[in-house]
Amino acid sequence: MELTTILFYLFAIVTISAAAVMVFSKNIVHSAFALMFTLIGVAALYVLLYADFIAATQLLVYVGGILILILFGVMLTTQGRTFSFKTSTVNLTPASILSVAAALLLIYAFVQTDWKITDSGVRDETVHELGMMLMGEYVLPFIAVGVLLLIAIIGAILMSTRLSANNDGEV
Amino acid sequence: MIDPGLTHFLIVSAILFALGLMAILSKRNTIMVLMGVELVLNAANINLVAFSRFTELSLDGQMIGLFIIIIAAAEAAIALAIVLNVYNRFKTINLDQISLMKG
Repeated sequence: MELTTILFYLFAIVTISAAAVMVFSKNIVHSAFALMFTLIGVAALYVLLYADFIAATQLLVYVGGILILILFGVMLTTQGRTFSFKTSTVNLTPASILSVAAALLLIYAFVQTDWKITDSGVRDETVHELGMMLMGEYVLPFIAVGVLLLIAIIGAILMSTRLSANNDGEV
Repeated sequence: MIDPGLTHFLIVSAILFALGLMAILSKRNTIMVLMGVELVLNAANINLVAFSRFTELSLDGQMIGLFIIIIAAAEAAIALAIVLNVYNRFKTINLDQISLMKG
């Protein structure tokens, strides 16, 4: 048995069990830290799929950015001096029935479909090719997503400054 | 244990998707719902990268995955700004108690 096989099963188990802890934990801070392990496991799965640049981006953007934002959101929206950070769970039965049904349907479809597999072999590094594609045929979506990020940043700043202005007006 | 092929990665992503759906449907804290959305986006991304490895989609799949990560970053920033505004107005982020559309 090869090393990559063992690594795949290891990281698949880490990813899925951390996601399960995230969903079923009552404490929202525990959920955020379990989400971190899920995202790291997904990055490891990307490495096993020869997507090194996507894996690095996943670590930088998700673990370094989005997760910190989520933790800030948790800290800023808990009422008073609380040490519990509880979350309430509702609709447990219908939600679990629906998600188990979705999982079974998806797995059935994935297993039954006859995929046309063309093994592209081992890729050394994808950064050069991805860069050429970004500056070549993908240049228009690249610019569009840059403008989108700029608009998102301006919108977020606008919303939070209006927030503090409202506070000043009330106090 | 057999060597991981395309189906193995797809099954992992299906389970991640189901768990994210579970978090979106059953949690009432807005930030937990956001974390569920991130899980669903990651599941979709694993699919795309796995297809780029095993089918003739090739590097285009990784490119789409890259754009998904960028858009997820923008989505998280905007969503958390909205959550902070909602918290400032309603003093709660429980989704069942946020029932007014006109403040």
